[in-house]
Amino acid sequence: MPAPQQHRLIFRHIDEPGYSNDLACYVRNGGYEVLRKAVQRKPEELIDEVKKSGLRGRGGAGFPCGVKWTLVDRKSGKPIYLVVNADESEPGTFKDRYIIHQDPHQLIEGIMITCFANKVERAFIYIRGEFPEGARILEKAIAEARAANLVGPGILGTAYGCEIFVHRGAGAYICGEETGLIESLEGKRPYPRIKPPYFPAVLGLYQCPTIVNNVETLCHVKHIADMGGEAYSKIGTPNNTGTRILCVSGHVQRPGFYEFEVGKVTMGQLLNEVCGGPLPGRTFKAVIPGGSSAKVLKFGERYKGKRKVGADMVDYDWGVDDIPMDFDSLAMIGSMGGSGGVIVMDDSVSMVEALGNINAFYSHESCGQCTPCREGSLWMKKITSRMVHGDARPEDGALLKSVADQIAGRTICAFGEACAWPTQSFIAKFGDEFKAYPEAKKQPKPDGVPELV
Amino acid sequence: MNLKAETLSRIDEVIPHYPVKRSAALPLLHLVQEDQGYVSSEAIEWIAEKLGLQPINVYELVTFYPMFRQKPIGRRHIKVCRTLSCAIMGGYRTCAEFQKQFETRLGDVSPGGDVTVEFVECLASCGTAPVVMIDDELHERVDAARARELSDKIKAGAPTDTGRR
Repeated sequence: MPAPQQHRLIFRHIDEPGYSNDLACYVRNGGYEVLRKAVQRKPEELIDEVKKSGLRGRGGAGFPCGVKWTLVDRKSGKPIYLVVNADESEPGTFKDRYIIHQDPHQLIEGIMITCFANKVERAFIYIRGEFPEGARILEKAIAEARAANLVGPGILGTAYGCEIFVHRGAGAYICGEETGLIESLEGKRPYPRIKPPYFPAVLGLYQCPTIVNNVETLCHVKHIADMGGEAYSKIGTPNNTGTRILCVSGHVQRPGFYEFEVGKVTMGQLLNEVCGGPLPGRTFKAVIPGGSSAKVLKFGERYKGKRKVGADMVDYDWGVDDIPMDFDSLAMIGSMGGSGGVIVMDDSVSMVEALGNINAFYSHESCGQCTPCREGSLWMKKITSRMVHGDARPEDGALLKSVADQIAGRTICAFGEACAWPTQSFIAKFGDEFKAYPEAKKQPKPDGVPELV
Repeated sequence: MNLKAETLSRIDEVIPHYPVKRSAALPLLHLVQEDQGYVSSEAIEWIAEKLGLQPINVYELVTFYPMFRQKPIGRRHIKVCRTLSCAIMGGYRTCAEFQKQFETRLGDVSPGGDVTVEFVECLASCGTAPVVMIDDELHERVDAARARELSDKIKAGAPTDTGRR
């Protein structure tokens, strides 16, 4: 079956010739009309629209956005904060970069609608330190919007006001974890908080109720307010509504970003048709479907079971190519849609070395608060690094797995899982390659195969 | 502390963004580092004083967050992405090429002071791998040949910006 057409909702203007990131261009293209209408409605109605839309968070966990907003403690009398998670740092993910740099006003409009709906009067955009130009673009865009009475006190002739501030991170991946991000925004080390009791919706920034949403999620809010939750929920597939930006990197002919209705494109269509297939003379070996912490998928393996289609349970028997790119299908086959970062590896890649690369990342980024994660991620890195650069032993795969198995579920935040899943899935699926590595590494590497560790 | 007037005014502007002063610690560290090139112990004490904190509250940030540094770097800061998508497209070769071009090791100031080359984690531009940041500029698809071209420009003191973000 041929791949469906892209459905460019969020990325409609990305890389469009002549489209610039200033207010005038955004307004020429109908910008801020949705906010103008939204502030004439009751805030509760807007929250209902988002609930009806079925929008799920685009940052990684896929938590329903409307539900997140409903959990906010509105009785405490404390101010409610919105924190925009623009700390895009899950390896393989690069969607927010383009929104921030090329269409910042779309994000700001989404923020203002969200703030109005949730009675937020101060919002912070926590942007990763590696986007210095992005931070300047956002600051300029906020200033433009403020001068046009779209941000700030008494917007658009109403009594409602809200300020937005940009806050730059400084290179720490853990700041993408929402409670770590909040600690960082409070001027501390970004040590994630324990939940309960520190659910951001109740005890977030400055111990006040706080909503933390991803950049892409907030852009979707704008479109939901525009077309209505009902109409939005008809885009995509049931429980996986709307569009999704898939970021494809690695060994395909045309890497890049592609926006599709959620669940309407399969992995095979995406990689073979949309991205042009493997590089010349190569075949696909493995793909990580949702950012580097998602469990790896091996080409050639089959996924079987029963799934719900409408009211019925039907059998499925899928290869990697058949998997629909949505939250539920990827979870069902044991991985996740995560942040939408699809990393493709072809048959030139050694899985031992690829895991060594991933382990070095997680070891560098562990905040060090919980012993299993701090020590486990370090030892997994040391073992894979020794396998590549020193002595490799056939039993190292089992040793790696034993370390990984002692991390997940024993830490304050999900980083424990994020650093354990790659090792667990690489060993489960490519265990033979780990066993054979001590012999395989004695062979000289073919020309052009890059070093990974 | 001998900060530029512009830095001082930006510091005073940013502190009231937050209901709690301590939140301004990261912004102040960025501003001071941009002004001075690095964060000295004097700067740590100055920021602590400014925000009503103990120096340890600022020091522990400098030692945690990878972007803050306690010693000066070269005139240009070359950061090569090390993470998976860039590595499988040749990021390690790119990084080695920069080191070779400037006869330097990771994290050191190159002889002559032109650059400091660093290997950093994911820069979030995986679709155009391998990527490199030179100061605030993003450079895409930087293979070894492109690394040589960029190095030549840096050595000649020529601009390297492509305008791409």
